[in-house]
Amino acid sequence: MNHEPAGPYGLMAEFEQPEDLLDAAEQTYAAGYRKMDAYSPVPIHGLADAIGKKLTRLPFLSFAFGLLGAATGYGLCYWVSAVDYPLNIGGRPFHSGPSFIPVTFELTILFAAFATFIGMMIRNGLPRPHHPVFNVEAFARASQDRFFLCIEAEDEQFDLDKTRSFLQSLNPHEVSQVEH
Amino acid sequence: MSEPSQSNRSPYQPPESELGPGLQTYTAITEKISSTILTPLLNTPKSWFFGLAVGFLLLHGFLIGIPYLLYEGTGIWGLNVPVGWGFAIINFVWWIGIGHAGTLISAVLLLLRQQWRTSINRAAEGMTIFAVICAAQFPLFHTGRPWLAAYWLLPYPNSMDIWPQFRSPLIWDVFAVSTYLSVSLVFWFMGMIPDIANLRDRAKNRIAQVAYGMLSMGWRGSAIHWERYEMASLVLAGLSTPLVLSVHSIVSFDFATGIVPGWHTTIFPPYFVAGAIYAGFAMVLTLMLPLRNIYGMHDLITDRHLNNMAKVMLVSGMIVGYGYFMEQFMAWYSASEYESFMMSNRMFGPYGNYYGALILCNIIVPQLLWFKRFRLNVYSLFVVSMFINVGMWLERFIIVVGSLHRDFMPSSWDMFHPTFWDWAIYIGTMGLFLFLFALFIRTLPMIAIHEIRTLIPVGHKKH
Repeated sequence: MNHEPAGPYGLMAEFEQPEDLLDAAEQTYAAGYRKMDAYSPVPIHGLADAIGKKLTRLPFLSFAFGLLGAATGYGLCYWVSAVDYPLNIGGRPFHSGPSFIPVTFELTILFAAFATFIGMMIRNGLPRPHHPVFNVEAFARASQDRFFLCIEAEDEQFDLDKTRSFLQSLNPHEVSQVEH
Repeated sequence: MSEPSQSNRSPYQPPESELGPGLQTYTAITEKISSTILTPLLNTPKSWFFGLAVGFLLLHGFLIGIPYLLYEGTGIWGLNVPVGWGFAIINFVWWIGIGHAGTLISAVLLLLRQQWRTSINRAAEGMTIFAVICAAQFPLFHTGRPWLAAYWLLPYPNSMDIWPQFRSPLIWDVFAVSTYLSVSLVFWFMGMIPDIANLRDRAKNRIAQVAYGMLSMGWRGSAIHWERYEMASLVLAGLSTPLVLSVHSIVSFDFATGIVPGWHTTIFPPYFVAGAIYAGFAMVLTLMLPLRNIYGMHDLITDRHLNNMAKVMLVSGMIVGYGYFMEQFMAWYSASEYESFMMSNRMFGPYGNYYGALILCNIIVPQLLWFKRFRLNVYSLFVVSMFINVGMWLERFIIVVGSLHRDFMPSSWDMFHPTFWDWAIYIGTMGLFLFLFALFIRTLPMIAIHEIRTLIPVGHKKH
């Protein structure tokens, strides 16, 4: 980061129960905030939706790579067995389709599975060992038993004092400032 | 998404909690599971050291056997002319079958919304990985000189300008097993990322903080990350389900595409898959029953889990029994002289005792599981699981040796005598398995913490 912006990364409110986080997220979105993220130790249904994030299109990626894997598998078998290295095996045709199915199938799964995992990581911007939210000491519990909502300073409505008092109004356990 | 919420469960699911009464808060669950790892080494239960030591000791059969095999060649095994496939393929099929239960629990039961799977899926997936690693040693080393085998197993452009033979089930095996290992590893690792982040945040030791920090990939539990993560889990579960069925089907093609009586049969793929589930659940119980006791996990692995696992074993065992029956039936119904000879030789020939032991282990003893008192008693369950572990090995022995030792031409009949090195390498892989598993339960969360958290009713709210 060469051009580190002045001021904090955002403000973070800590909640004790998932329902509290979900309610807070909905109220924050209703109050007009858009640049925010919620953090939880468990997946909470409807949370991404509540902060206005779109549903993931990951399955399309899996499907596309599955097709690519199938084409690669069959193409490999065909090219090797019928084009580059044709061998007479027990009188079978060089292009013996049914024999090529297992390899085609396995490569379909292999490609789709790796695309799913790698696609998920890339879209999530991981691996990323350092992130401003980790600067908040209490955030260590985000992977254990606490629930966090962070309004980022980039948001148009963000104002250190107003946003802080807004977050306080949501009855959090604590509100802390997230430094860069 | 992948974790169905409490509110949309089907009304047919039993209403009782998946967890015992001792664990009802996020904090308690986190503490319970991660404390087994984040404790100084000397606080580890003594039984863990015992398990690690036994594993390490047995591992030497492998560590000494393999260099000797590479030096001397496969002549150190008891293979001979009619029995050209011996322990290597028996053990390969046995191990890979054991691995299948992990994928079944993690993927198939996820898709079927069986929430009880949550307590056992991580350890079972670990078991899958280690079992497949053990399995892979046999086809790898049975080639004698694995580094020379690469060009006929793997399609890579080589200076000899030759390629593998894609019409051979042995090549299909290479693709199936390597895909299975890779996809299982990815699924396993992905499932652990949020839990490793939890260990990162709880670790006090600097080395642990750095190691878990790197492995956690910087996971921070963001809502949109969870959204994609859950979707990725669901997709991987959907991909693993046909994969696991394909792997043992392809393994069974090794036999079924051959013309040897006792191998050449279309029942093999489903019967192998059922046998894999059967053997795998037996191994899961063999591992989980002691673990549950050592680590006091009775609130996580409840009687309900034991009951369900025992029922899965009973059902898959009955399918295996049906397979045995169909083999008998087809031997008679085919009216093929060779098939009926194979079957009478299997039952009354020189390996007849093995067949009797097989029926005892795989068909008769598991009938105890019809009774609830045997399903819920940890000792009887453990004993039955052990019988099945042995029985499934005998099944592969009967299929391989029993079919090969007396084939079409009586002049070439011979008996198979496993040598010291056959046993050393086989028992060595058991040591490898135990050793890896012991390391796993000490360093990585053996129970999926973030998934267990979702079982707490308070974590769900209908919207």
